[in-house]
Amino acid sequence: MSGSGSALLEVRDLFKYFFKKPSLLERLSRKPKSRLVALDGISLTLNENETLGLVGESGSGKSTTARCIVRLYEPDNGAIFFQGQDVLSAAAEQLRAIRREVQLIYQDPYTSLNPRMTVRTAISEPARVHGMVDRAGSDSLVEELLDRVSLPLTVADLRPRALSGGQRQRVAIARALSLRPKVIIADEAVSALDVSIQAQMLNLFDKLCKGLGLGMIFIAHQLSVIAHISQRVAIMYLGRIVETGPTPEVFLRPRHPYTDALLRAHPTIESQRNRTPALSGEIPSPYAIPEGCRFNTRCRYAEKRCFIEDPDPTEVSPGHFSWCHVLPELKSEGISGKK
Amino acid sequence: MRKQSEAMEALLLKVDDLTIGFADRRGFLLAANRVSFSVPKDHTLGMVGESGCGKSVTLRSLLGLVPYPGEVIAGSIMWMGRDLRGVSKKKLEQIRGKDISMIFQDPTSCLNPVFSVGDQITEMLRLKLYMSRQKAYARAVELLDRVGIPSPKLRLTDYPHQLSGGMRQRVMIAIAIASQPKLLLADEPTTALDVTIQDQILSLLAEIREETGMSMILVSHDVGVVAQNSDEVAVMYAGYLVERGRAQELLHRPRHPYTQGLLKAIPKIDQVGEGGPLVPIRGQPPNLADLPQGCPFQPRCRFMNEGCSTVSMELNRQEPEHGSACPFVDEGGMR
Repeated sequence: MSGSGSALLEVRDLFKYFFKKPSLLERLSRKPKSRLVALDGISLTLNENETLGLVGESGSGKSTTARCIVRLYEPDNGAIFFQGQDVLSAAAEQLRAIRREVQLIYQDPYTSLNPRMTVRTAISEPARVHGMVDRAGSDSLVEELLDRVSLPLTVADLRPRALSGGQRQRVAIARALSLRPKVIIADEAVSALDVSIQAQMLNLFDKLCKGLGLGMIFIAHQLSVIAHISQRVAIMYLGRIVETGPTPEVFLRPRHPYTDALLRAHPTIESQRNRTPALSGEIPSPYAIPEGCRFNTRCRYAEKRCFIEDPDPTEVSPGHFSWCHVLPELKSEGISGKK
Repeated sequence: MRKQSEAMEALLLKVDDLTIGFADRRGFLLAANRVSFSVPKDHTLGMVGESGCGKSVTLRSLLGLVPYPGEVIAGSIMWMGRDLRGVSKKKLEQIRGKDISMIFQDPTSCLNPVFSVGDQITEMLRLKLYMSRQKAYARAVELLDRVGIPSPKLRLTDYPHQLSGGMRQRVMIAIAIASQPKLLLADEPTTALDVTIQDQILSLLAEIREETGMSMILVSHDVGVVAQNSDEVAVMYAGYLVERGRAQELLHRPRHPYTQGLLKAIPKIDQVGEGGPLVPIRGQPPNLADLPQGCPFQPRCRFMNEGCSTVSMELNRQEPEHGSACPFVDEGGMR
């Protein structure tokens, strides 16, 4: 794949496990701790000026990936490079600098903002902590950021409870931008918002990325949101990426049965509903990942080798990879047939 | 067009001018304001709207479940010719869960964590249908099987925490359909679920409806979900019903500016890579304590004019198939 020179952020073979606390009985019988596989070899590249969408069902490891990138979780194996710097071996001071440049925005603006801080304090706090502004400079910073996220100056002295959900999320974004980051990781940042507000936020994210040249990893479970905002997309399933490529390419010509199922399950105004569900069964437990291809328990196309071998990536078209043995030629019914 | 009397007979539920208020220091906040709709047999009504528009509370009011300090202050809820507002608590309890069932968004908080799934299904059967223990048990197995839970006999002894979110919602559906209700009220039944599981649950509900001819009122904030599962759609905004009509007609030729704005604001998956900015509805969500005179949507409306403050918010009844509360705008823009 691309060399680390042009990439803003590169993640290679990231592994993350969680262990269940054993019960007394389990400890006495010296059973090995059961291991939850959250990330099972994730590789990603984020280029400058690019938005990468991460999609998948709950439990597929989207948020864990985001948290590992800024080392809120310590990954168990793998490598992360931010502008060529090794994030995982970074010392405290260097990590602080990296975290300044890679900012996370969370789903729920109700809990990610301190209810006792005014908007002004919330926005200027990170910059003051990092010594980027003094008390005098913080006022102009707050003004500039509020303007950037299209909030009136009058909100600066309010507390979060006086704001609506959309306004709070704007404050959270302003706070993230206050450190002049190069990468923004938005973890379900629009999922809690109403449709009319969601559209405002998506436009804002779009504008910010183009205006400031930010790289963004946009995590969402809504395919339509990802289709709108991202240039490239990675579909995750049970701790792995199963398909990745340019968004239009992946959505219009999916080559992994899971992507296809997601697209067909997505309800739209145009499409008629299929009588049979797009996908049967549920996501398997991450404590017991199936042998072979991890999707084999739900796959319509599964063959014998799918139960034995883990598939390697196949480049089906430039930049479009699918981790599937069968690589069915799919034409996503959910999207086509409308024009 | 069907004759009036025939249409009346087929109606299960007819709600007229339903007004629900929440007491507040200064009086009432109206969570639903003169809402009228009806549900015939074998029919699905979808209700869409954003959070706080009154869709859930309207649904709950049908079973007398408006949470304190809210209450129904005006209007009528006619269930098969009888006004549910007037019936005794005891009578209502008989209808609730038997003729009209309800499923909620969050199955985790609706199932009792200390009783097994089997106990909770058989409770329903014994209480409402007076079945014997054995009969109820056998029927519970059937029901779990019907809602697509594998090895239902084993699952009956499971507790809710042992099931996944999708399975719990299936159990909720099993309980709801146990008494073969005529009307199912579904309040955001798939919002907490993943898209593939949502698809499974909606397919299951469609199957059951087809088999039994049960009617449904489906409340959701997701226009796509409502579009695919409803015969008729009602759009709510700030407690008012702003538009109602046949699903395909309403969604393809929306008349009310709010519906138009809502549909434009949704990112479309089939426009992948086309990349134009979305058209959001400007402004902030409405504050029920501070609504303008007349149409509640006017501060955010593109077509706002001086007449907006005197709009009566009645659905335009000349066209029963598709009515909008806005007298100034239709599908092509200003009239």
